[in-house]
Amino acid sequence: MSYSQPVAAEGGSEFHAPGPGSFELPPIFGDVTKPMLLLALSAVIVFGFFYLATRNASLVPGRLQFAGEMIYGFVRNNMARDNIGSEHYMKFVPYLFTLFTFILVNNYYGVIPFLQFPSFSRIGFIVPLALMSWLLYIGAGIWKHGALGYLKHATMPSGVKGPILLLLVPLEFFSNIIIRPFTLTLRLFGNMFAGHLLLILFATGGAALLASGNILYGAVGVLSFGLGIGVSFLEMLVMFLQAYVFTLLSSMYIGEALADEH
Amino acid sequence: MEGSINLVGLGLSAIGPGVGIGLIFAAFISGVARQPEAQSRLQSIAILGFVLAEALFIITVALAFVLPL
Repeated sequence: MSYSQPVAAEGGSEFHAPGPGSFELPPIFGDVTKPMLLLALSAVIVFGFFYLATRNASLVPGRLQFAGEMIYGFVRNNMARDNIGSEHYMKFVPYLFTLFTFILVNNYYGVIPFLQFPSFSRIGFIVPLALMSWLLYIGAGIWKHGALGYLKHATMPSGVKGPILLLLVPLEFFSNIIIRPFTLTLRLFGNMFAGHLLLILFATGGAALLASGNILYGAVGVLSFGLGIGVSFLEMLVMFLQAYVFTLLSSMYIGEALADEH
Repeated sequence: MEGSINLVGLGLSAIGPGVGIGLIFAAFISGVARQPEAQSRLQSIAILGFVLAEALFIITVALAFVLPL
């Protein structure tokens, strides 16, 4: 794999463990790197899949249409409607649906042969997504409650009175308005980064052990490849879960911003 | 011995979320065992709790590699 660091070919030479440097890919042409191309490709994949799935939409869905509708229904019913409430949720479904499918495709690049790089293991690609979610839920709150009303809604828990507010208001402001985009970004980034690092470690470490020439080391190398396969399955679960969680949290934040005082 | 002391902190920071995630899924399993029809409702809550508990560790993963030695 082109992105892994040099691995010992003969016994005696040194094995370099993969690190953050394994994610610094050389540009393919000009300043364009592999994750940039993958990101553009993911937009094409998402658009193409749902174009094909809805092109000949009929009352009795075909296989492709059924798959597309299942994903759409999952985002619309389980995330948007359950968390935003049945009054306003349709306004946010397009954004949430795009977010979910986009993140899902980009995460699954990590286990697709030959692509094998989850583009969201570079943090720069996640920051705009988190910023969009942040602006969207703050905008939704301002649209519903007005600017000052939303600030009060977000920072003052209802039913709390007296001097405890002096402590609670800064805390709520910090956690509800400042910290949220950071945790959204870091959660997706950290999971993709750590998972991919683990896969590289098992693959390159297993290869180095196999190539070491010692029969016992070779046996451990085979074990390492086996563990790598196991971790790949765990990663597939995590990749889906992270796309789900990013969208779920976005919709929960929107739902919270739109909620009425009670 | 060589290496970054950050990684010791990374290991330490895995303890808390590990315990927390265990507690969350223990509660989820006993909840489903008690009332199996509530599974779909409990599932999203459990996953949300899992993710929030895990965030502490994930933030440390990022910081362990970003902060200088």
